[in-house]
Amino acid sequence: MPAASVILVEQVRSPGLSILRAFNYDTYAAANCLYIEAVKQMHFMLLFSRQGKLRLQKWFIAIGEREKKKIIREMTQSVLARQPKTCNFMDWKDLKIVYKRYASLYICCGMEDQDNELLTIEIMHRYVELLDKYFGNVCELDIIFNFEKAYFILDEFLMGGEVQETSKLSVSKCIEESDLMQETMEEYMSKPTF
Amino acid sequence: MAPSSVKLQELIRVIRTAKTQAEERGMIQKECADIRSAFRDEDPAFRCRNVAKLLYMHMLGYPAHFGQMECLKLIASPRFTDKRVGYLGAMLLLDERHDASLLITNSIKNDLNHSSQYIQGLALCTLGCMGSPEMCRDLATEVERLLKASNSYIKKKAALAAVHIVRKVPELIELFIPATKRLLGEKNHGVLHGTVILITEMCERSPDTLRKYRKVVPELVQIMKGLIMSGYSPEHNVAGISDPFLQVRILCLLRILGHHDGDASEAMNDILAQVATNTDTSKNAGNAILYETVLTIMDIRSESGLRVLAVNILGRFLLNNDKNIRYIAMMSLLKMVQTDHNAVQRHRGTIVDCLKDTDASVKRKALDLSLALVNAHNVRSMMKELLPFLDNCPPELRSDCASGVFLAAEKFAPSKRWHIDTILRVLTTAGSFVRDETVPNLIVLITNASELYCYTVHKLYRAVLNDISQQPLVQVASWCIGEYGDLLLTGVCEDVEPMQVTEDEVLDVLETLLQSHMSSPATRAYALTALMKLSTRIRDNVDRIRKVVSIYGSCIDVELQQRAVEYNALFKKYDHMRSAVLERMPLMEKGSPNHNDQSALISNGEREGGGETQGGVKLQPPVASQTMDLLDLIGVPDASLPEALPQPLSQPLTGQTGIESSVGGELLDLLGGIDFGGIPSITAYNKNGLSLEFSFQREQGSLLTITLQARNSTASDMTEFIFQAAVPKTVQLQLQAPSGDVVPAMNRGSVSQSILINNPNRVALKMRLRLSYSVQGSSVQDVAEVSNFPAQAWQ
Repeated sequence: MPAASVILVEQVRSPGLSILRAFNYDTYAAANCLYIEAVKQMHFMLLFSRQGKLRLQKWFIAIGEREKKKIIREMTQSVLARQPKTCNFMDWKDLKIVYKRYASLYICCGMEDQDNELLTIEIMHRYVELLDKYFGNVCELDIIFNFEKAYFILDEFLMGGEVQETSKLSVSKCIEESDLMQETMEEYMSKPTF
Repeated sequence: MAPSSVKLQELIRVIRTAKTQAEERGMIQKECADIRSAFRDEDPAFRCRNVAKLLYMHMLGYPAHFGQMECLKLIASPRFTDKRVGYLGAMLLLDERHDASLLITNSIKNDLNHSSQYIQGLALCTLGCMGSPEMCRDLATEVERLLKASNSYIKKKAALAAVHIVRKVPELIELFIPATKRLLGEKNHGVLHGTVILITEMCERSPDTLRKYRKVVPELVQIMKGLIMSGYSPEHNVAGISDPFLQVRILCLLRILGHHDGDASEAMNDILAQVATNTDTSKNAGNAILYETVLTIMDIRSESGLRVLAVNILGRFLLNNDKNIRYIAMMSLLKMVQTDHNAVQRHRGTIVDCLKDTDASVKRKALDLSLALVNAHNVRSMMKELLPFLDNCPPELRSDCASGVFLAAEKFAPSKRWHIDTILRVLTTAGSFVRDETVPNLIVLITNASELYCYTVHKLYRAVLNDISQQPLVQVASWCIGEYGDLLLTGVCEDVEPMQVTEDEVLDVLETLLQSHMSSPATRAYALTALMKLSTRIRDNVDRIRKVVSIYGSCIDVELQQRAVEYNALFKKYDHMRSAVLERMPLMEKGSPNHNDQSALISNGEREGGGETQGGVKLQPPVASQTMDLLDLIGVPDASLPEALPQPLSQPLTGQTGIESSVGGELLDLLGGIDFGGIPSITAYNKNGLSLEFSFQREQGSLLTITLQARNSTASDMTEFIFQAAVPKTVQLQLQAPSGDVVPAMNRGSVSQSILINNPNRVALKMRLRLSYSVQGSSVQDVAEVSNFPAQAWQ
C-alpha cells in the first residue's frame, strides 16, 4: 500500500497526456499537487527493411493495434522517402524520429521533444553491436529467422524505453546465460526443441 | 497420434517463399487453423512453439489475439523456455488496456520471488513494459523489496520497473524514496543508471520530491567526477569516453535539480565547466554529452561565464561538418533565442548560411531560427536572404516562411515603401501559401501609405498582368485598381516607370479576373467591387461597367448576384449618390485582434442608431471592415466632393471612451461637455435653438477626435437630425454613427457624434457644416462654417 495517504480525486485523459489531481491528507499544505503525466519517453523502436517490411516492433506506450499499424505505415514511408546523406533526425507529427540505416535495415526510434537525439543514436548503435556480437556478423536474415532472440536481446538492453545496462559485456553475458538455461531445461524435460 | 508441428524456422522459410500477398495469406490461414486446434486440444507439448509462430505472424500484420490466453499458460509453466516466450507474447499481444493483462499479475508476483534471477528478470521486464496502473499498485511493494536485493542484476531491473510504476501511479513515489538514496552509493553502472532515471522521474512529477533530492547534488557531482577522471574501463568505454549513457542521465538530473535553485546550481558549476571543456568531441558519444551539458547550463542559474561557454559550444557545433550536430545546434539555439538573444545574434551569419543546406530538417530549423533573429537593425539584410529562400524552399516550409516574413516586416519595416515591396514580393512568389488575414492587413497597410498609392497600384497592375493564379495577390490588386485606378490612368508616377494604360485595358483586366476559372468567389467579389468603384473614376467607359454589372445580376453565385443587383440599383435609382458612395476609402487602423468580427452594417438606407457598445473599450478609430462588406459608406471628403455621407448608412463598431452609442443615449447627458485632454471645447454652432458643442481629444501623431453634442433649447423635438461636415483638402475626416437622430426639446437630452480627423500637414482646422432636421412639421437646412478651433486641436 502506498505510504502516504493520498487519494486520487480527478483524472483527465487525452492522448499522450494525463493529468492526475491528488489530495494529500497528511500535509494539507502540499495538497492539490498537480501531477502531470506526460508521456516523456521513447515511444517505440522499429526495425524495417528497405522495402518497408517490418522486422521488429517494440512499443513503450499503450496504444491500439490499428493505431500502431497506421503509425508504422506512415512512418516507414516518411523515412524511406528521405534523401541519402541527410541528417538522422526527422520531425514527424509531434514526435522526433531518430533513424539510422544499417545495410538493408532501418532502425527508427520515436522520441519526445526533450530527449537527447545524439544519445539515441548511441543507443541504436549499441543495440546493433549487441546483435552483432550474438549472431556474429549479423545480417537481416539472422533477425528474420531468429526474431524472438532479437527481442530477448532488446529486452535485456532496454526497458520502458530506457537503457538497463550500459556495459556491453554484461548484456552479452546475460543473454548467453539465459540461453544456456533454456537448453538445460529442455534436456531436463526431454522434449523436442523448436 | 499427435499431429506433427512445423518448426518455427521452417514456417518462416515457407512463408517467405510466397510470391503474392494472397499466397502468403493462404499459408498463414492454414497454419493459424492448425495452431488454433492445437490450442483447443490443450496440448502443452508444442504450445511454446505455436505461440512463437503466432508472434511471427503477428509481426507480419495478421491477427493473433486468440493466442493471448496461451501466453498466460506459458507464463505459468515451470519451464524457462515457456516463460521466455510467454512473457514475450504478453508484451507483444497484451497491453494495459486489455483485461487479460490483470490475469498475469499473480504469475508475475510468483516469478518475482523465483530463485532464478533470470526468471525474476523476465517478470520485472514485463511489468516494466506493459503493467497497468492496477498491476503496478498490486506489485509495487514487491518491486520495492527487490530494490534492496543483493543482486545487481535484479536491482537494476527493479529500478526501471519502479520507473514504470511511478509513471503510471505517481502517488507511489514516496514508496521508493528511501531505497533510492541508498542505491546512489552503488558501484554498478547499471544500477546507478536505473537509479538516476528513477530519481529523475520522481522529481519531474512531484515538486516536493524535487526539493528533497536537491540534497544529493554533491553526490551526483562526485559520481560525474569519478566517471571523467577514471582511467580506461573496457566495460563501459565508448570511443574513449567512460559510460556516456550514465553521464548524460546524470547531467539531465542535475538540470532538473538546479533549475530555479541558486544553491544547487552553484554546486554544479565546476563540474559543468569541466565537462564542457574536457570532453572529446571527435565522436558522437562526446557530442551527446556536450549537448546535454549545454542544455543543462542554459536551464539552471549558471554564472554568465558558463553561459557564454555554452553558446560558444553551440556556435562550434554550427560549423561542424556533421549535419546531425548542426541540426541540434540550431534546435538548442532556438530554445535560447528569447533569453540570450544577443549571444545567438553573433551566429546569425552561419545560421543564414544553413538556409542553403540541402537537408530538409536543417533547412526547417534554420528558417525558424532566422525568423526569430530578425530585428530592426538587420531586417533589410535578413530579408535579402529570406526572400530568395522563399522562392526556392520546399513547399511544406513556404507557408511558415511567408507568415514569418510578414510578421517580421510588420514589426521592423524601415519604410512603408520597403514594407509594401516586401509584401508584394511574397505575394508574387508564394501567394497561394499565405494565410487569409494577409489580404485585409495588406489593404490596411496600403491605405495608410497615402504617398505611395501611385507606386503601389502600378506595381500591382504589372503583377496581375503577369499572373492571375495567386488569389491573395489578385484580391489585393483588384482592390487597389478599384481604389486608385485613376492614378493608374494618368500615366504619371514619380517612383516607378509609369505605364500608359487606357481605360479599356484596365477594364479588360478586371473582367478577365471576373471570368477566369482560377478566381475564387472571393476574388470575383473583389473584382466586381473594383469595377464598380472605377465607374466613378473613369470618364468614358461607364456604360461598359454598367453592362457588366447588370450581367452579374443573374449570376449563379448568390454573393455576386446580390452585389451586382445592389450596384445596379446604385446606377439606376441612387445614381446621384454613386460618386459619394464610391469615394476613396478613409484611413483605417489595424485595430483589435478580433477586428475580423466587426462587420460593417451594409444595408442601403437602413438606419441604425449606434454600434454595439463596447463599454470601456480603449479609444481607437473604428476599423473599417474589409471590402467584402458591401457599401462601406464612410465618406471621406475629397477635393471635389464637399460632403460626408449621411451617417446612418455606415456602421463601424468600436465605441468611444465613455460614449455609449446606443439608441437613446441616456448616458451621453452625463458625459456631455466633458473636457478631454485639456483642449478647450467650443460652441461650433448656435442658431434657432440648436447648439452644437465640440470637445477635442488628441490621439497619437496627427489624429484628433472631436465629439459633438447637439442640444435643442426650443419647445419641440428636432427629429431626423443629420449632421454633415467638410474639411480642407489635406485633412481627412471620418464621421461615426450618431447616437440618435432626435434632439429632445428643452435641453432634455442631446445627440452626440464622433468625428475623427487626420491632419498630417497640421493646417489650420476649418470645417463647413451642413445640418438638416425637422421641427414642428417643417424641415430646416442650414450651412455654417466653423473656424474657431483652438490651436491645440491642429498644431
